[in-house]
Amino acid sequence: MALAEPRFAIATPRSREGLAEVIARQGTGFWVVAALLVVMPLIASPFWLVQILAYAMILGMIALSLMFLAGYGGIVSLIQMTVAAFAAYLVAIFGDSAITQISLKWPWWTAVPVAILLATLFGTLGGALSVRTEGIYTIMITLAIGSAFYYLTLQNYTIFNGFSGFNGVMPPVFLGIDWGGTVPFYYLTLGCAALAYGVVVYVSRAPFGLALQGTRDNPRRMAALGFDVVAHRIAAYAFAAVIAAFAGVLLVWYQRQVSPGTGGVGPVVDMLIIAVVGGLSRPIGPFIGALVYVLLRTFALDLLDWVGFEGKRYQLLIGFGFLVIVLFSPDGLIGIWQRLRERYRKSREAQDAQMRTGGGAP
Amino acid sequence: MSDFIGRRPIWSLVILIAVALLLFLIFAVWTPWMELTFGRKRVFLSALFNGITLGGLYFLVASGFTLIFGLMRNVNLAHGSLYLFGGYVGYSIGNLTGSWFAALIGAFVIVALAGILMQVLLFRWMEGQDLRQTLVTIGLSIIVADLLLWGYGGDTFQVTTPDWLSGPIQLPFIVALRSNGEAVMMMYPLVRIAILIGAIILGVAMWLALNRTRIGMLVRAGVDDRDMLSATGVRVQLVFIMVFAFGAGLAGLAGVVGGTFQSLQPGEDTKILLSSLVVVIVGGMGSIPGAAMGALIVGLAEQFGSVYMPTYAVMLTFVIMVVVLAIRPQGLAAVRR
Repeated sequence: MALAEPRFAIATPRSREGLAEVIARQGTGFWVVAALLVVMPLIASPFWLVQILAYAMILGMIALSLMFLAGYGGIVSLIQMTVAAFAAYLVAIFGDSAITQISLKWPWWTAVPVAILLATLFGTLGGALSVRTEGIYTIMITLAIGSAFYYLTLQNYTIFNGFSGFNGVMPPVFLGIDWGGTVPFYYLTLGCAALAYGVVVYVSRAPFGLALQGTRDNPRRMAALGFDVVAHRIAAYAFAAVIAAFAGVLLVWYQRQVSPGTGGVGPVVDMLIIAVVGGLSRPIGPFIGALVYVLLRTFALDLLDWVGFEGKRYQLLIGFGFLVIVLFSPDGLIGIWQRLRERYRKSREAQDAQMRTGGGAP
Repeated sequence: MSDFIGRRPIWSLVILIAVALLLFLIFAVWTPWMELTFGRKRVFLSALFNGITLGGLYFLVASGFTLIFGLMRNVNLAHGSLYLFGGYVGYSIGNLTGSWFAALIGAFVIVALAGILMQVLLFRWMEGQDLRQTLVTIGLSIIVADLLLWGYGGDTFQVTTPDWLSGPIQLPFIVALRSNGEAVMMMYPLVRIAILIGAIILGVAMWLALNRTRIGMLVRAGVDDRDMLSATGVRVQLVFIMVFAFGAGLAGLAGVVGGTFQSLQPGEDTKILLSSLVVVIVGGMGSIPGAAMGALIVGLAEQFGSVYMPTYAVMLTFVIMVVVLAIRPQGLAAVRR
């Protein structure tokens, strides 16, 4: 867990701080980004709105659930993408899709809650199974569970419709708005992502989150203090599974289809890459990682062609980028940003100090 | 052995009965009633042998994986890539020289060198940082997979079997009786038998090397307490490099072996990695006998699964893993510390 351990600047819990205080505490950067995201439909083209930003936010939510487990619980679970894929499948199975002989055609307001509930249950069960293991073992076992799910969806035709999966899964029309439209869908994902972000920030400072961070830093001491470490970890899995399940529902509405590849080994590992590249120390990290990832996936082809390299090799680019980040900045892009800011501040302070002392006495 | 029988009389009896039943199933001439319940005897026997030989291949891959993990706590998720790399290297060497043995040895040496490079250039600098090492291996596996795709394309390759190993041989098992009472014997590809024997010899040699030589002693000491070993003046880094080279080399060798009786193509690396993960989880991390046991179980489960319940063959191995995890989380053969 060496990666996740150091320098988590956890804010000391303030007693009973109101919403207004929380809002007032945010820096200008937060407000600029928030305002920019809200007015984005006025500036950006539909392609950027949905293919880049909405997609990045959906992936960011799944990676956020991974970040919550890894950053606050010290549990690197690769099961999150599988939970999302399971939720996506359930929406297609209970709701409506082009595969009419399997889909049950429930209205979305029953299909979606049931899908989220079952996916959460799945994530919790997977967590309960892998919670018996620690650290590095967790990666392996969750990876194995994930690939078991992948093979199940690939080979089962009665429920999961095998290789081809489900297509024609449409976002619902609700309150007279077609949520599959560009702008409504963008706002839907923005709302969900913001909600997930806020909830994670809140939980990380709530007693449960603090106890979870305690179990990350020293499980033995927490157990001695009377906290049930295993129960806290399973609860963390359950909480993360809820976020991943929501993201899974959005994912199936975004792609309008779901197939075994959605939860394959590639995407499962990609989620870890996104979370690590963004940074595991803060909830904003996964979203940054997801944005970088989506941008790379979309434009690497052109970029590589432009520098005179074969465009098909974008996987190489992603691999190298990931390797460089892991080797040189263990806390991801956020870590780089923080270090740069730190250095800038230090040089400013040094300058100020020099000015004050009059700069070179003799 | 007698100790085990003394401690677990009931389990010993169950195991004994199971073994006896298995031997009966293998050697007996099946009655029509048995053919009705289990299907043709030929199918049963070939599933059994395919499972055991597949287990031999899995053992080759997983023993390197488990050795590296046991000593260095490094979950090498690039192990599958080393396997595929070794397979492609062996294919190229085999094409150039026309010799299967040259391919085998060449793949071992070249992949072992790659392993040394990985250990010296990367993992040495992040010792004790498990997660970071794992992430680095993930990055490496992505890069290697794409480089191999670049170099060899998406086609399927097969390493040519040498003449003296190709073709089937007759095994002393009766598959069925002809109407005139003549026994039909089982025919089985020689190369698979050879690979199985090779894997068994290698396993025994590894066990002997680990338990009877000085280097093996160092490795075992390193598995138990790395810091104490280095405190006694042993150059632990050298031991690490050797073990990493050997483990990686085994993966490369297994690549050639797998390329001979299966095939090489992109995606094979993840498949083999997942299999060895399950093998190692089932058998117990860092234990060579555990790897052998796990490899046998997974190989048999895959083959019998694909014969008797084809839809869920791959699921079966994972179900076994989950059951083992639930009952004995440290793996079947691991010692609890």
